[in-house]
Amino acid sequence: MDRQRARARRRARYVLSCYAYLLPLIVNLVVLSAGPVLYSFFISFTNWQIVLPPVWVGVRNYTEQMASPVFWKVMWNTFYYTLGYVPLTMVVSLSMAVFVNQKLPGISFFRSLYFLPVVSSGVAVALVWGWIYQPTFGVLNWFLDAVFKIQGPRWLSDPRWAMPSLIILGVWRSMGNNMIIFLAGLQGVPHELYEAARMDGANRSQEIRHVTLPLVTPTIFFVLVMSVIGSFQVWEATYLLTQGGPANATLTISYYIYQEAFEWFHMGIGAALAYILFFIVAIVTVVQFQLQRRWVFYR
Amino acid sequence: MRLAASIRTTRRIRFVCRAALTYLALLALGLITAVPFVWMVVSSLKAPGTLFIYPPQWIPRPPRFYNYVELTQKMPFIAFFWNSTKIALLSTVGTLLSCSLAAYAFARFEFPGKSVLFAITLSCLMVPYQVVLIPVFAIFNKLGLMDQQIVLWGPSFTGSAFGIFLLRQFFMTLPGELEDAAYIDGATRFAIYRRIFLPLSQPALMTLAIFTFMGSWNDLLGPVLYLHTKSKMTLTVGIAMLSHQWGATPWHLIMAGAVISVVPILIVYIAGQKYFVQGIVMTGLKM
Repeated sequence: MDRQRARARRRARYVLSCYAYLLPLIVNLVVLSAGPVLYSFFISFTNWQIVLPPVWVGVRNYTEQMASPVFWKVMWNTFYYTLGYVPLTMVVSLSMAVFVNQKLPGISFFRSLYFLPVVSSGVAVALVWGWIYQPTFGVLNWFLDAVFKIQGPRWLSDPRWAMPSLIILGVWRSMGNNMIIFLAGLQGVPHELYEAARMDGANRSQEIRHVTLPLVTPTIFFVLVMSVIGSFQVWEATYLLTQGGPANATLTISYYIYQEAFEWFHMGIGAALAYILFFIVAIVTVVQFQLQRRWVFYR
Repeated sequence: MRLAASIRTTRRIRFVCRAALTYLALLALGLITAVPFVWMVVSSLKAPGTLFIYPPQWIPRPPRFYNYVELTQKMPFIAFFWNSTKIALLSTVGTLLSCSLAAYAFARFEFPGKSVLFAITLSCLMVPYQVVLIPVFAIFNKLGLMDQQIVLWGPSFTGSAFGIFLLRQFFMTLPGELEDAAYIDGATRFAIYRRIFLPLSQPALMTLAIFTFMGSWNDLLGPVLYLHTKSKMTLTVGIAMLSHQWGATPWHLIMAGAVISVVPILIVYIAGQKYFVQGIVMTGLKM
């Protein structure tokens, strides 16, 4: 009996000591991550403006948004940003990776250079681009005028050009990051396969199509999923450069949530919008994972 | 013989052409990457008047270093710099401590509830940050922590799903024999964590440290949401405020501020470049 009890006690102490290592994490889950995910769901069914206690309103926050033209404008803008940003960043960064994946002198210099925008603060980067996009004295319009003899648009203050401007900025900022991931994928392709292909008489373009491309599809898939998720979360550049304008042209879901929740303190609406975003991200990710069977090749 | 030689020369020519084209592409991409940075530095050295000259001057004549002095007069620069450094360093220490402890437990201990806890932690990686933003804001508000810097670095002492995942993956690759020998010598689990796991995981810890420091230093949303008193703010917010404050945008000061906010990160990047690359590859390919 005694020995059994002693063993049970030792076991309990062991488990307890395991949890001691995880104590910070448990606090995190309860107060800062998993707990708030549930709490947020509750908030989304209330009318709450921080000062007074929340009032239950059922699904009103959701139905009101569905009926609001601004919400659909926001959805369209988010979709527009994703559709512009994702393909561009994928194509540019994959080609960059192909270029820097060669044994040439000075190549590591270019690799480090391309990575520079990734480490710089988003604030610095956004503000510099704001200055570059400046319609009358900005370098971009000067460049367009000097080289192509065209008069550039008013970029960030033109409703038609504001979103493309943010997309270009986003691609410029992220391309180095994705390049590194693609580079790792390219370097993971075993050399024997290229040798085997060459033995079979493949030329270079066949080599790329039938050896390189299939073997980097897992990397392409990863970058695709991460870029799509990332594209739903642009906030910094919008905050610094356009505040969602002009005429709501750059109001994407992420900035809309910020506006509702932290400028107007409509916490309930903000939480409902965040859940709508969560839902969209989940669906898009699941669909991508379903589709991956058709085109991603795992060795 | 002659045929072989001519094949060799055509091959050589083709190789040289390809290398030349590659360098051309590399250079074009390099320009696209570098020009905004060059323009940032150039603009930061211009007198306010010469900024608005058309066509733009690529060499500021004369360079006006006084802009940097003016910047420190227009905002409490030293305080901002100190706040940024303090918050970034505390966040880094906190993240390393809490994440390595949790990752060690997940990698080496067997206990009831482990897989559930790990699954919950991982699923937090999938949730968009906006979902937790509002409740966390409300919780900090309730706790009376508004306008206090602890809100920005405190959470890091409870760990992050990303860091735990990164370190756990690394700890799993460490061979078990080392610990077995230490256990036989009577070492405790904590001693093994401190004496074996931490020293052997330096590359992974460095990667996490650099990422955390950079993320905290560059963070804008956190300070914007939580800090109101000017003297408590960070450098990024200070520079962002320059662009919002005055009627006519003081581009020369904003660019000087941008340069200063990029330099510390640049130093960290140059010093720890290989850890950056490692980190991206580690998190990118093992998911």
